[in-house]
Amino acid sequence: MSHKTNRDPAGPRPGDADTPHPSPAGPTAPRPGDPRARLHPRRPRPRLRPTPGRTPPLPVPLVLGAAGVALALAAGQLLPHTPLVNPAYTPTTGAVLNALAADLARGEFWQALADTLTAWALGLAIAVAAGAALGILIGSLPPVRAAANSTIEFLRPIPSVALVPLAVLLFGTRLPSTLLLVVYAAFWQVLVQVLAGVRDIDPVAADTARSLRLNPWQRLRHLAWPTALPYLMTGVRLAATVALVLAITAELVIGSPGLGHEIAVAQSSGATERMYALILVAGGLGVLVNLGVRAVERGALRWHPSVRSEAPA
Amino acid sequence: MRLLRGALLLLGLPTVLFGLWWIASADSTSFYFPPLQKILAEFAETWTAERWRADVLPSLARLGAGYAASCVLGITLGLLIGRTRWLLHLTEPVLEFARAVPPPVLVPVIMLVAGIGDTMKTAVIVSGCIWPILLNTIAGVRSADAVQLDTAAAFGLGRTRTLTSVVLPAASPRIVTGMRQSLAIGLILMVISEMFAAQSGLGFAIVQFQRSYAIPAMWSGILLLGCLGVALAALFNLFDRAVLHWYHRMRERSA
Repeated sequence: MSHKTNRDPAGPRPGDADTPHPSPAGPTAPRPGDPRARLHPRRPRPRLRPTPGRTPPLPVPLVLGAAGVALALAAGQLLPHTPLVNPAYTPTTGAVLNALAADLARGEFWQALADTLTAWALGLAIAVAAGAALGILIGSLPPVRAAANSTIEFLRPIPSVALVPLAVLLFGTRLPSTLLLVVYAAFWQVLVQVLAGVRDIDPVAADTARSLRLNPWQRLRHLAWPTALPYLMTGVRLAATVALVLAITAELVIGSPGLGHEIAVAQSSGATERMYALILVAGGLGVLVNLGVRAVERGALRWHPSVRSEAPA
Repeated sequence: MRLLRGALLLLGLPTVLFGLWWIASADSTSFYFPPLQKILAEFAETWTAERWRADVLPSLARLGAGYAASCVLGITLGLLIGRTRWLLHLTEPVLEFARAVPPPVLVPVIMLVAGIGDTMKTAVIVSGCIWPILLNTIAGVRSADAVQLDTAAAFGLGRTRTLTSVVLPAASPRIVTGMRQSLAIGLILMVISEMFAAQSGLGFAIVQFQRSYAIPAMWSGILLLGCLGVALAALFNLFDRAVLHWYHRMRERSA
């Protein structure tokens, strides 16, 4: 059981949908490799059972996970040969991987990947900078915060794709079109988290800062910033995922250059294998972004004494 | 007095912003940014009862169907996977990957398989909505208190009783969180699926306005979509409070 999941039911943490199950094994948790643990998966009695000391047991989750991936790939290879699915629409895994290999050798693919990543990184950077700045500004002025609340709650649920027509009219099929959607969607994630972070300032620390007569800049530097940083990182993590989704979506719908556009082209030209290959790439990119931002989050918060609870997104 | 102050806080800034928009755009001659007055007039003209029947309601019906299917599927599968250790390990990497695929990317695939009818649009909505619900349900089930589970086992509660009286209550806050995320995704996918290939629907109508350069009508569509998003979020808050009132009370007390 990890830190985070132990806290439940005191608080589900919406951002943590990324953690679909407690990370494996504290010292007292059942050893994954214990063969008997598999015989009685429902009632493991971890503490009483010593692990067999001979060969180090294989990590069962890993093996099973690999088996799951292999199963999925095999199903993708075999299903098109059955009458269940139409092979014209669902090519075999092999064919898709071939198309992927062909794509990896092409310059256009890398150009599209670079375009998507540029839009993602740029949009995320703008959203994080604007969200953090506005969040700290609004959050440290209580009257403004109270007044802005309803507006934020109103603007936030507006789906970013509502802006698609506007983006097309203003920027056509160029990068700013993608950026508009990415920034709009990612901005709210950051802003809401930072607002919650600034509200979380310890009253004693705030009083101390006042009696030490810290000037506004020092208060920001030593009070608001360290308190809000964990929230900001949560916001960045959520925003990074959303930004990637929106970047690819915008390219797909608007036709601005990038992976999404390549997918649309592959679809309309009937290159089904290539379409599937590109979708695999998009999924892989999503996984990498998830892992990457989580690593950054851990790095940035290493100094932090505890894992803080996150505000609802 | 307090009521007045609350109303002022709630409505003050939105009123000011709308006022600013109104004034700033009042004598706007820009083609892309028509006066707000014109947009609002257009709003009343465009979104007539006829239009609601033809475009908005079918969209919402598809969203409702897809969302309901996602909830049923996601929660059922989530309970199953969360309660079965080997299944969890087996499916975890695949699910992580599936979740990381940006949902709109699947629109072309689903169009190939399911054509361009209502089935396709509902399938698109399900393909995106199911992941937050499924993964949050799994996480919620996994976070059920071990002592409570042991107690349930010691009292000899059957599988069903354990599920309904221990696991589901423990998982419900996270399930609701997943459902909230899914609702936003569902709305987005509803619009996107109609932007691709459709003869009706809100997304279709908005793109149509844009393509025919009916700019005030397009703006009114954006406004309507925004209002829908806000209304759905508000509805969901009511649902959240109705289902999880015990949980919110518990949190307030511990805070």
